[in-house]
Amino acid sequence: MAKFRKKKGDGQTAINTASLPDIVFMLLFFFMVSTTMKEVTMKVSIQAPEATELAKLEKKSLVTYIYVGVPTRQYQGMFGTEPRVQLNDAFATVEDIQSYIAQERDAMKENDRPKMTTSIKADFDCPMGIITDIKQALRKAQALKINYSARQKSEY
Amino acid sequence: MGKRDVQEVNAGSMADIAFLLLIFFLVTTTMDTDTGLARRLPPPVEQVDPDTPPVKERNVFSVLLNSKNQLLVEGKPMRVEELKDATKEFILNENNADNLPEFKETEVPLFGFIPVSKGIISLQNDNGTQYQQYLMVQNELQRAYNELRNELSRRKFRKDYEELEDEEKKAIRTIYPQRISEAEPKNIGK
Repeated sequence: MAKFRKKKGDGQTAINTASLPDIVFMLLFFFMVSTTMKEVTMKVSIQAPEATELAKLEKKSLVTYIYVGVPTRQYQGMFGTEPRVQLNDAFATVEDIQSYIAQERDAMKENDRPKMTTSIKADFDCPMGIITDIKQALRKAQALKINYSARQKSEY
Repeated sequence: MGKRDVQEVNAGSMADIAFLLLIFFLVTTTMDTDTGLARRLPPPVEQVDPDTPPVKERNVFSVLLNSKNQLLVEGKPMRVEELKDATKEFILNENNADNLPEFKETEVPLFGFIPVSKGIISLQNDNGTQYQQYLMVQNELQRAYNELRNELSRRKFRKDYEELEDEEKKAIRTIYPQRISEAEPKNIGK
């Protein structure tokens, strides 16, 4: 007849953790791959304005960014405290936008070009003067799809 | 001396090292999806055609925003909170009032002939207007349209506008087209 083996008396056996490093490594690789380090160093300080009717910017590769804001402290000596435009990593003027857009558009695939979106990331306290100038420049550059970057308003 | 067992590297701390790296990447990862208000700019115009007929006064909903962030809607001061309802009233024009926009019978797929408002929203801001305030006004106008579209979609298709098929969305967009015109900014009252 069947014999019941007596359980050994030394309590709980430890869970085998040999595969733990593998699991952790897998997670690690996932995050390493999905992480995108910030591509540009911000030279202007931007506090995004708030809004409620937000749309998501879908394809990152189709989006060109224009940053507008007051230069951060270490650049204030050189560039003053008036809101300035930043394109990529450098300060720029509104006149540079047209060539910047053209350059970005050239870098895109042919069939992506009509879908190009320009995201204006501006500080909430900017006066509209500079924004309007940018808009006019974008119109001239035929970059008509724009997106005013904003974050979800918390209370409403 | 001499003969020794080849010792294995102790891999016990491997997990700890991996954890440390994992936590670093967890913290630095920002899965930020950028959000914002989508807009379309009008194409550049070389020269205004002098023969363009002027838009009738009743079809224009003028929204002025000055450098002190104050709103003037159709000649009356208004708070931003009231703008959405005023905009909806303007577009809907339920009682067919004389001072509110006219309608044009248009054939819309899925709907048949339907009166479509000829209203245009004219937004004008000062160079000194705060960006946040401008965006708030844009936001309210967008909200008015979104609500109108949503209401129509619920009535007709019993679904939210966002859940509709492209074709149905397009039909609704034809009925409530977003016509926001932005005039060249003026530099008044700095």
